[in-house]
This record gives sequence, C-alpha cells and structure tokens, in this order.
Amino acid sequence: MDQASKHAHSEASVKIFLYVWFWLLALTGVEVFLGYEHLEVKLMLVLLMGLSVIKASLIISYFMHLRYERRSMALTLMPALVIVVTLMFMLFPDSFRLLQMRPR
Amino acid sequence: MASHEATSAHLHEATLPGSAWGGGVRPFATGSKKLGMWLFIISDAITFSALLMAYSYVRVASVAWPTPFQFYPAIIKATVMTFILLTSSVTMVMAVRAAKVGSRASVVKWLLATMAGGLAFVAIHATEWVGLIEEGVRLFKNPWGEPLFGAAFFTLTGLHMTHVFVGVCYLGVVAALVKMGKLTSEDIEVSGLYWHFVDLVWMFIFPLVYILNVKMG
Repeated sequence: MDQASKHAHSEASVKIFLYVWFWLLALTGVEVFLGYEHLEVKLMLVLLMGLSVIKASLIISYFMHLRYERRSMALTLMPALVIVVTLMFMLFPDSFRLLQMRPR
Repeated sequence: MASHEATSAHLHEATLPGSAWGGGVRPFATGSKKLGMWLFIISDAITFSALLMAYSYVRVASVAWPTPFQFYPAIIKATVMTFILLTSSVTMVMAVRAAKVGSRASVVKWLLATMAGGLAFVAIHATEWVGLIEEGVRLFKNPWGEPLFGAAFFTLTGLHMTHVFVGVCYLGVVAALVKMGKLTSEDIEVSGLYWHFVDLVWMFIFPLVYILNVKMG
C-alpha cells in the first residue's frame, strides 16, 4: 500500500507534461536560431548535440516515464546504449584520413 | 540440496526495499512487454546511431558537402514537423494517462489525435521529399556537390518516416483493440514508449540533417 501511494504521488501530472512540452519546443527554437549564426563547426556541434541530449533526456525521463521506473532499469538500459554509441566514434580517425586523401 | 533450493527460492521472491534492485521476481518491477519494448528501443536507437554516424563519417570526409536547405521550404517545414511530433507525444501521454484513470472512449480519442499528428508529419515530409526529388536530388546524385548527400538524407529521414508510419499503424491497431476492450493499460503504455522513441530520434535528425545543412544568406 505504501509503495502504491508513493508511486501515485511521484507520478507526473498533466502540468508537468505541458511544462516539458514547452521546454522541448523552446529548445527547438534555440536550435533553429543557432542554425543561422555563423559559429565555428566544433562549437556548433557541441551546442546542437548538447541541446539534443537535453531534449532526449526530457523525453526519456518524463514522456517515456523512465524517471518513475525502478532505478535499476535505467542503470541497465542506458549504459549499454552510451557505450555502443561511444564505440562508434572509433570510425572518425579514418574519416579524417579519407579527407586528407581526397583530391581537391 | 533441498535447503539450497529453498534459499534460492526465497531470494527470488524477496524484494529488497531501498536497494537499486528492489524488483523481486520481476527484476525491474515492470511487465515483460514493457521491458521487451525497452530492449527493442535500445537496439533501434543503436541502428539510428549507426546511420547518423555513417552520415557524419561521409560528411567529415567530403570536401564539398552541400548545404541546400533554405528557410522556406525545408527549415520551416522541419520545424513545424518537430512541433507536430512533440505535440503528438503529449497526446500519447494523455492516452496512457486516460488508460489508467479515464474511460475507454477517451483513450481512443487521444490515440486518434496522436495518429493524426503522425499522419500530418508523414504528409509534410512527403511534400518535402517530392520537392527535393524535383530539384534533382537522387541517392547518388544531386545538383550541388557531394553525391552522397542524397543517400544520407533519404536513408536517415526515410527510415525515420517508416518508423512514424509503422507507429501510426501500430496505434491504429491498439485503438481498435482498446475499443473492443481487449487491452490493459500496460499495452497502451508500451505503444506509447515506441511513439515517444520515434519522437526522440527526430530530436537528433532535426539538428544534424536540417540545421547543419542550412543555406546561409
């Protein structure tokens, strides 16, 4: 009973969903704005990917409800994804090598 | 031997309050369908990551990557599509909520609203594809530069559009079954997980494929 009441208490309300929705839209607006700024590529990538990761976390935490599941579920699922995606970065040195080999 | 079995059975049944585990016989204290959908989502996320990596790889290695997207039609359409997808996620959340506390009719209503969002997304996206194809963009050919631009764009957005379309069909089946009273609220939550994931993927495609290909004035 205690568990159930605690769960109901921590359940996200409609207000929170609309709040999250508003922030997702606002961050999308920031991304569009950034698109028209003349920024250095590296800075641009860091900003855009940073914003995207924030948006993804909001969706996962609130819409996909992961915040309200057992912590062990997030701890099982997310590291696997992060590690695999990180491993994919090992391709990039080859990409830079290819760029050097291209005729200009 | 017997005492060992008794001990392990005891361990399986026990919930360990306060620990990260705490799930007892169901490790994550969640249904198998929901866990199954989560595992599918993780593997699908890796598929999309691989495609985004492939696009980035090709782009880093290319000398003349085209940036053809003007504010109208491409950027404004993609922004509106983002808005539609995010809003359809909210209606999906409302459907899941209605499945827990509301009536069957309201679940169906919210599911239909979500499907309408998905269909609008696909429709706007399709007009954009047609526009690009009319401009001469093909998988391995385009009027502007690096030939692989088309392959990267159509593969990434195409796989995503397929996911949206499959999601609309999935939600249609769910809505029909809800109407017949055949589903539990967990089933609707599981379909919601898929829908939010499709939304989530777009949050990466939008900046990488659209914002980074903006044509500067």
